[in-house]
Amino acid sequence: MIKAEWFYWLVGAIFLVMAAQMATDRTNPKRFGTAAFWGLLGLGFVYSTWVVDKSAPAEPLGVAVLVMVCLAGFGFTGRGKVRTSTAEERAASADRLGSKIFIPALTIPVVALICAVGVKKLRIGGQPVLQTGSETILGLGIGAVVALAVAMMMMREKKISTPMHAGRSMLEAMGWAMLLPQLLATLGTIFSVSGVGEQVGKITKSVLPDGSVLIAVIVYCAGMFLFTVVMGNGFAAFPVMTAAVGWPVLVEQAHGEPAIILAIGMLCGFCGTLATPMAANFNVVPAALLELKDQYGPIKAQLPTAGALLVCNIVIMYVCAF
Amino acid sequence: MIVLLGVLVVIIGFATRRNPLLVVGVAGIATGLLGGLSPQKVIAAFGDGFASSRAVTIFAITLPVIGLLERYGLQEQARRLITRFAGLTTGRFLALYLLLRQVTAALGLQSVFGHAQTVRPLAAPMAEGATERKNGPLTDKAREKVRSFAASADNVGLFFGEDVFLAVGSILLITGFVNTTYHTHLEPLQLALWAIPTAICALVIHGGRLLRLDRQLERELSAPAAKDGGATSTKGAAKKAPKNSARGTTK
Repeated sequence: MIKAEWFYWLVGAIFLVMAAQMATDRTNPKRFGTAAFWGLLGLGFVYSTWVVDKSAPAEPLGVAVLVMVCLAGFGFTGRGKVRTSTAEERAASADRLGSKIFIPALTIPVVALICAVGVKKLRIGGQPVLQTGSETILGLGIGAVVALAVAMMMMREKKISTPMHAGRSMLEAMGWAMLLPQLLATLGTIFSVSGVGEQVGKITKSVLPDGSVLIAVIVYCAGMFLFTVVMGNGFAAFPVMTAAVGWPVLVEQAHGEPAIILAIGMLCGFCGTLATPMAANFNVVPAALLELKDQYGPIKAQLPTAGALLVCNIVIMYVCAF
Repeated sequence: MIVLLGVLVVIIGFATRRNPLLVVGVAGIATGLLGGLSPQKVIAAFGDGFASSRAVTIFAITLPVIGLLERYGLQEQARRLITRFAGLTTGRFLALYLLLRQVTAALGLQSVFGHAQTVRPLAAPMAEGATERKNGPLTDKAREKVRSFAASADNVGLFFGEDVFLAVGSILLITGFVNTTYHTHLEPLQLALWAIPTAICALVIHGGRLLRLDRQLERELSAPAAKDGGATSTKGAAKKAPKNSARGTTK
């Protein structure tokens, strides 16, 4: 069985190799800080395997995370000079390869698709080939490895260090944004064990007037939206807002249809995800990947849609559920 | 109430544009300590949170191959490809991407597309190429806009497509939470069905905004050339001269 942890090790190993490249890159004025950041990230990926199955303490990893936060947060990381082809070389190679260059690029989604649909059902000796529940992650990982092999053959690229350097430049360009989604997931956990959710639920209840179903719908939907903006994902907001307003007021008092209220309540949270930098993997990381000057660019493009969809959700819930 | 200070730290931190890692780190430590966790527990929480959320960082595995292909002119070729389809403007292309993203997500294929594997190497350069064909070289501002909208098409498509699929995390979270907390029985199918009206609204609203993008870009790209003279346009053209994506990969 191919396990998800193997791919985490592979990602960790890639980070470590890139960290070694960074440490020897004299064009980067902050090469040691940069290498330390990505090296710790790589080690963390591997060590996490034993934290997840509880056979190793989480504290050393926690210290490593806080060190990474300080390294990147206080500006000890930087970027080297990008080693890439010149614009002329790229244009010439695009002439030579033509649309064949899309083959390795499309290999990633195609292999991911095959894994998610076909290989998922495959069993050898009664064991699933891909670890159950991780098929999509594994599909992405396998797709990337296969695509790399195809690309290196097609480009007649013999040195594995070339794609590593190319990928490393993209990592250095992203910098701290790479760690943010995982750090925010941690914040979400800390928020929930510290009882932030209950407090928000209490506040929501206290502003809720009795009687009007429409106002209760608006409070539930807007509450899901705002709480998601603060927490960065709708999953944290859903249990809190549903326990405060969704179930006791909308379902039990007003006799709304639960499936409609809960499904649309969650979608109000997704509107919030479109509007918040806390959802770093959807909004901040892409800004870094696309090398935007304005890290809030994607959010600005999404805000009007998020607002309009929130209104749609309120209308759909009010009209259909009661 | 005092635990809400952590939320305040986050809001103030983001509003004043401090480094987000520091903001989140400080907010986490403050909330944990105010919420009654011991310092050791707080540190362990950072470790546990990191370990259990590695899946969001796994897209890094695609970076070497994407980087290699870009070295060999992937973005240039993506730009050229789009110019062969004369009717495909930036807005229409992105609306099509939105639809495709939404439909595949609704079929449970969430990782087939994504910011690292499809937006940066393919969708964003294609969207830029379509504008360049029609309106000539892009200004920096217009380029930012096109790229931001490419990212937005991916997000909107994913969020409002995936809930139509039964076995997605959010649907299972709803049924899991409600069925255990309130001892009732909700079927994932009912929830998935009720995600469809909003999915259609999302396609219409964001698709419409993407189609309107063409007109906005046209206005933006024709106005400065006429108004404040050569400054922006020659700057844009000079940058474009050695084949526009030189910036894309070196900046």
